[in-house]
Amino acid sequence: MSRIAARFDALRAQNRGALIPFLEAFDPDRATSAAILRGMPAAGADLIEIGMPFTDPMADGPTIQAAGRRGLLAGATLAGTLEMVAEFRAHDPATPIILMGYLNPLLAHGIPRFCDDAAIAGVDGLIVVDLPSEEAALLAPDAARNGIDIIRLVAPTTSDARLRQVLAGCSGFVYYVSITGITGTRSASSEDLAAAIPRIRRATDLPIAIGFGVKTPAQAAAVARLADGAVVASSLIETLAADLVDGRAVPGTVEKFLGQIQALANAVRTARHTNSEAA
Amino acid sequence: MTWSIQELTLDQNFAPLPNSLRHGPTTSGRFGDYGGRFVAETLMPLILELEQAWEAARADPGFQAELDTYLKDYVGRPSPLWFARRLTAHFGGAKIYFKREELNHTGAHKVNSCMGQILLAQRMGKTRIIAETGAGQHGVATATVCALMGLPCVVYMGAVDVERQQPNVFRMKLLGAEVIAVSSGAGTLKDAMNEAMRDWVANVRDTYYLIGTVAGPHPYPAMVRDFQCVIGNEARAQLHQAEGRLPDAVVAAVGGGSNAMGIFHPFLDDPDVRLIGVEAAGKGLDTHEHAASIERGRPGVLHGNRTYLLQDGDGQIEEAHSISAGLDYPGIGPEHAWLNDIGRAEYVGITDDEALAAFHLCTRMEGIIPALECAHALAYIGKLAPTMDADKIILMNLSGRGDKDIATVAKHSGAAL
Repeated sequence: MSRIAARFDALRAQNRGALIPFLEAFDPDRATSAAILRGMPAAGADLIEIGMPFTDPMADGPTIQAAGRRGLLAGATLAGTLEMVAEFRAHDPATPIILMGYLNPLLAHGIPRFCDDAAIAGVDGLIVVDLPSEEAALLAPDAARNGIDIIRLVAPTTSDARLRQVLAGCSGFVYYVSITGITGTRSASSEDLAAAIPRIRRATDLPIAIGFGVKTPAQAAAVARLADGAVVASSLIETLAADLVDGRAVPGTVEKFLGQIQALANAVRTARHTNSEAA
Repeated sequence: MTWSIQELTLDQNFAPLPNSLRHGPTTSGRFGDYGGRFVAETLMPLILELEQAWEAARADPGFQAELDTYLKDYVGRPSPLWFARRLTAHFGGAKIYFKREELNHTGAHKVNSCMGQILLAQRMGKTRIIAETGAGQHGVATATVCALMGLPCVVYMGAVDVERQQPNVFRMKLLGAEVIAVSSGAGTLKDAMNEAMRDWVANVRDTYYLIGTVAGPHPYPAMVRDFQCVIGNEARAQLHQAEGRLPDAVVAAVGGGSNAMGIFHPFLDDPDVRLIGVEAAGKGLDTHEHAASIERGRPGVLHGNRTYLLQDGDGQIEEAHSISAGLDYPGIGPEHAWLNDIGRAEYVGITDDEALAAFHLCTRMEGIIPALECAHALAYIGKLAPTMDADKIILMNLSGRGDKDIATVAKHSGAAL
């Protein structure tokens, strides 16, 4: 069983949702992002999403764009990101790692080689934003050969008919993009989510995580009641960015990031046992 | 002499030959290995909806008739074909003809596709238009057709381009468009396109993204090409009337490649016609400051399509450079990438300095101030024409007028405005 499936099974047995925090590789530098990554499981991350910096992140808002720029300035490469994952994996055999990014750096690395290297490093899943199901054959065979899950995005614009096609090649979990928009901007209303999730649920047995616009502990808790996981990205990166001095980490930067994860984790862990209203 | 659009294009609308190069793209938007639909899932349903709407419109004679009326009475088509007598004598070789796209309303070829796309947007019931622009020509053309149709218009433009194309920025504002300066990245066309796609993904229900070039996800490369083919169709008929034959070479500048594709495509099945795309070599092909995606790039995926891109070894997109804002783009339309690989079209480079010299030459010798984009094409003709006999013919797409560039030229010439 894959790490992702095992983790969601375990969480289901505990009747709680997953917190999936995000960090951008090498943001603001390699050592800081490696320290954040290392501290995430203890802070309450159930799965971890790592952004692979790209010069032209078309689905990302200003916060993640800036994180990517800082990462690239700090020397991020695909190989460097995989190295970071391998270091993490040496100490943590269980927490699933999902890489999120755009297609071109993967193509430059070579898709078969990238999938081989990612599997060796201990990567469990891939989210490639600009690779819709129409173009999926480019990546699917090499990912499958290496036991790497392809996590598909489902959007509010994805029709029921299209949903079947999108889910056909999806494994690990389904990532519901809760708004039509870029990362870190609006948040979906709980009414919209309450309508959207059962629609996807009817089409798949895979766990469903919700991302885009999940910012506060209250929002993460609301999401964890409706779905199987909450992805939190921009609000964490905003905290990091606000803490930097001249673009550099300062003492306490890592702790502040992890502290925010802890608050989110507490909210997610107790979400299904409390009746608090969604924010 | 005047022709109607119908007369000019009618005999060109023959069905392509069975082994034609004009059949592309495939149903998945491929030209060979290039093109495709590499967009986020949120946009995918919109791309498919657009493709359906475009297929329906192009099969509807009413749509074509309406477009033809606008092209004739509003845009001012057909644009003339001009024999550049003095430049021909100056270069001393092949006869040089200009297809005068700079005489279109708004001063460039961009309006051909804008006119078509705005009619399509209306058919689709879209109520808000967004566009990206580099030199501002596409932005001005988009703002113009939006004013004509009474639709709100938002134009994304790199902050650097806003600075160097002030007249066009003001023109867009006069036309009622909102111009948003994009400062991410290098602040040029690539970044404007990223931001336009971000707007689109956030406004999927009411917004039409009016792409200006033959790039982006399928169906844009094919659709923009089809709207721009009016250039080549007319030029072919006009040259036939003037010379009784086909040209020996067709030369056009390529950034994204819409003006070149518009004039190349109707000649794809004429193997004796050389097709030459002129890329911006900036400060030199062997410097890091150029925009020669085909000559110095590698295939990759950006802005929804697979094509030649300027990129580093890690797949990060590199900044392009050109004196001409319209060529300052690190990619090229996927059909050009394919025409290059199969050897049907050739791609060459012209530097900033060579383009500037051609700009002055054209202005002084023909009384036509060309856009810096097409000055690149003319500069290459300056090398090509003398190698050809006097009975040969070169057709150049004079795709835009240079009024927008006078500040840039003044700066480079050390003149004060």
